[in-house]
Formats: sequence, structure tokens, C-alpha cells
Amino acid sequence: MRARLSPGLLVGTGLVLMLLLVLPTLALLARAARPALGSALFDPTVTAALRLSLTTTAVSLLATVAFGTPVAYLLARYAFRGKVLLEALLDLPLVLPPVVAGLALLLLVGRRGLLGAPLAAIGVHVAFTSTAVVLAQLFVASPLYIRSMKAAFLSTPWSLEAAAVTLHATRWRAFRRVTLPLTVPAFVEGCVLTWTRALGEFGATIVVAGSLAGRTQTLPLAIYAELERNLDAALAMGAILTLTAFALLLLFRRLTRAD
Amino acid sequence: MTRFLRWAQTTLLAATLAFATAQTVTVFAASSLTDAFTALAHGFEAANPGARVALDFAASSTLATQILQGAPADVFASANLLQMQRVTQAGLEAGPPSTFAGNRLVVVVPSDSDLLTFEQLARPGLLLVLAAPQVPAGHYADEMLAAAAGVYGAAFVAKVRRNVVSREPNVRQTAAKVALGAADAAIVYATDAHGLSNVRTVAIPASLQPTIRYPLVTLRGSAHPAAARAFRAYVLSSVGLAALAGYGFTPPP
Repeated sequence: MRARLSPGLLVGTGLVLMLLLVLPTLALLARAARPALGSALFDPTVTAALRLSLTTTAVSLLATVAFGTPVAYLLARYAFRGKVLLEALLDLPLVLPPVVAGLALLLLVGRRGLLGAPLAAIGVHVAFTSTAVVLAQLFVASPLYIRSMKAAFLSTPWSLEAAAVTLHATRWRAFRRVTLPLTVPAFVEGCVLTWTRALGEFGATIVVAGSLAGRTQTLPLAIYAELERNLDAALAMGAILTLTAFALLLLFRRLTRAD
Repeated sequence: MTRFLRWAQTTLLAATLAFATAQTVTVFAASSLTDAFTALAHGFEAANPGARVALDFAASSTLATQILQGAPADVFASANLLQMQRVTQAGLEAGPPSTFAGNRLVVVVPSDSDLLTFEQLARPGLLLVLAAPQVPAGHYADEMLAAAAGVYGAAFVAKVRRNVVSREPNVRQTAAKVALGAADAAIVYATDAHGLSNVRTVAIPASLQPTIRYPLVTLRGSAHPAAARAFRAYVLSSVGLAALAGYGFTPPP
């Protein structure tokens, strides 16, 4: 059963698409690989955007893990009325255009929004703050984590946990010692996908959080703004995002292959 | 017979398409010109049967960047001289730019807002939105606030600046933040308030108004230079200028 299509034929037909997928990034990195870019990295706009991106994505990733893991476990282990509907609703942000996501969030937490209006009455403002940046990232990225973890829980049979419980482990201990270790690859995958998606978030953020250096202007928003003012800074930030994403993907490949 | 008809139809369609593309003028225009240039394009098409205008609206700064990167525009209408200069300094113009309109800055607020005067922009906790600094509307707003420091004092301007929660990618999105009820006030052009419901304007004192100029240029490397020149002439004609005035633009300063 070792018969496969000839690699020559495969490369030949796939070459165009492969080039299309690889060349743009190479063009960006080639253009960015100049000494002038080193100094652009220390431009205040760049450092502020970098700091903001790192802090907001760290918070959104932590919140995703803390709240997403129970959701994934619930969806994997329990059957209930309306589950199909709930699953579709939880996946919706993944297929929604980011701009629509931002508009929806703005109509929820904006000054006259569904929640925003009562919150404003007690002096809490969410839109145009770093909190809004985190909300946008959570909205568009956390479903990726939920999907990964749900699949992992589904593929670890419940009977393993049940067996541990019959051996006098508490249910929590059984979950922690039996199921959780088996989900590590999915956990890493979920975190990488969620974090990179949050790091690259643009459309929802610019609508619900606006763009203000140091407060809501994350790396992608700063790239967009600097394109028209300081191309070197935009290139430097683009290179940072590209290299970070690539390093994470490589790392992720390593981790899952080791399994 | 049906086969012949189908063939004739296809040929006709192809011919129309070829003619249409041959006559299409691509116009890159500042966001604030969205309504006025849409109307001007219709007027131009009506006056020149067979001609088509393809419009692309964005911040002038975005459009200038795209033109510098080789975007195939035939005409560029900018909301300030600075973004026009980026294009002309690169030598991309086919002729000298002509200023065709002026404008004023205003504050837009939700129609039920209790903000009545320009001075109230300094009110603590107000959510104020401006266009990004490189965008003409944002540049003009910064210029206006610099002038305000001379009249109302630097402390006043510092308070106003503290209220700025976002610098938006173009002037229409800046105004939209107020129309959506997400922001309390935005500094935009008087013409942007024209088409918006649920908002009203608060005047900005005449002494603070920057000189707002809209220059227009035909671009070198245009595939349809004659059509591009015809569109330019149409905008600068009395019909074109009257249409612009109808949308609230002032005569060129």
C-alpha cells in the first residue's frame, strides 16, 4: 500500500498555490530586514502597541482558559436540550466577519448599548477602553480554544474517569489526574490558535475599542495607522507579528509530534 | 435561430463590457466626499453616455499611500494639500492640482445630547472621537485645537485632549461613532453631519477654523487620460461646483 501519486506531479500542480502562500511573507520579511528597522522598533508608537498587545492577549488567553475549559467539558460530556443550537451559537464568532463582531459588541457595550447604557448609569465605560480590546479578542478567539478542548475531551473516554472514581478517586481528582493530562496537546493547540488569533485581531477591535496609541491601539491597528505615516514602523511591527506567529507554529509542531 | 441569438447576445455583452471598461474613470476620493462625488459621478455619467465612474472612498492618507504603491487611479481628490503633495512629490500627477472646494469643522453630538457649546468639549468624562492624525480631518482637528490653546488656554485644550478616546481611520467612521451612540462627540466636517440622522452639530468658533482645501488632480499613467480630464472638468464646472455646494461644501478658499 505504498503506492502514492508521484511527488513531481503533486509539486507541479501545487506549486502556484504554495508560492502564493509563501511569497507574500517572504516579501514582507525581505523588505523588513534592514538596519533602519531596528531603530523603528523603539519608536514610541511601536513599543506602546507591543506592550498593549502583549498585556491584552495575555488577559484574554487567561480568561479563555479559565472560562472556556468548563464550557468545553460541558459540551463534551453532557447531552441537553438545545445543545446543537448552543454549539452553533458558540461557533458563530468564528465565521462572523470581524467588523460585524465589532459592531455587535459596540451595540452591546457602547454608551447606548444593551449593557453599556445601564453600566454607564453607574459610571462604568467599556467601549474605547483596553477592556473593550480584551472583549473583542475573547469574542473572536475563544471559540477556537473551546473547539480544541471539546474535541480532546470527546476523545478521552469518560470510562477512564469513571474507572478512577471506582478506585476511590474523587471526581475532581479523576478529572485532574486522568483526563487533563491526555488533553495537553489539544490544550497547547487551543492556546496557540487562540493567542495568535487574538494577537492579529483587527476588525472587531477598531470598531468597539477605537484606535488610541497606548490605550486601544494594538499591533495590527498600529500597523494600519503607521502605513500612512511611518512605513518603517509598520514593516517592523509586521515582521514581529509574522516571526512570532511562525515561531509559535513551529513550536506547536514540535510539541504535537513529540507525542 | 436560438443559437444565433445566444451568440449575438454574448458578443453584444462582451462588446458592452469592453466599451464600459474602456471608458471607466477610476476616482479615488476623500471619505468626506462620499455623497457629493457619488452624485457628481451620476451627473457625469448622464452627461457623457458610455462613460462610467468607479469610485473608491477612503481617508486621503490611505488613498495617497495606495497611489504611491501603484494603485490604478485616474483621478485623486484629497481633503488636504499635504496628502496631495505626497502624490505630486512622487511626480505621479498628470497636471497641476486644482482646488475645487472648502469645508468647515463642526462638533457632532447625538441629537438628545445636552452638549450645546464648543467649550463643553472640556467636560470631564466626555467620550470624544477624532480622525487619526495623518487623516486630513484629524490633522485639521489638531490644527484647530492648537489654535484653541491660544484663545481658551492650554489647560482647556489639555482637558479636551484627555477626552479623546479614539482616533479613527477616516472621517466617516469618526462621525459614525456618534451616530451609533458609542461616542458623545466627534470633530468632523460640516458636510459629514449632512446625511446623518440622530445627530446635531455644535459650531466651532470661526476664529479657530483651519483653512480646509480640497485639491483634485488627474494622474499620470492613467489608462483613460481623456476621460479623467473630462471628469476633472466636470467637477470644476459650474454644474459640479453647484452640486458640491448642495452637499454643504464651501467655495474653494
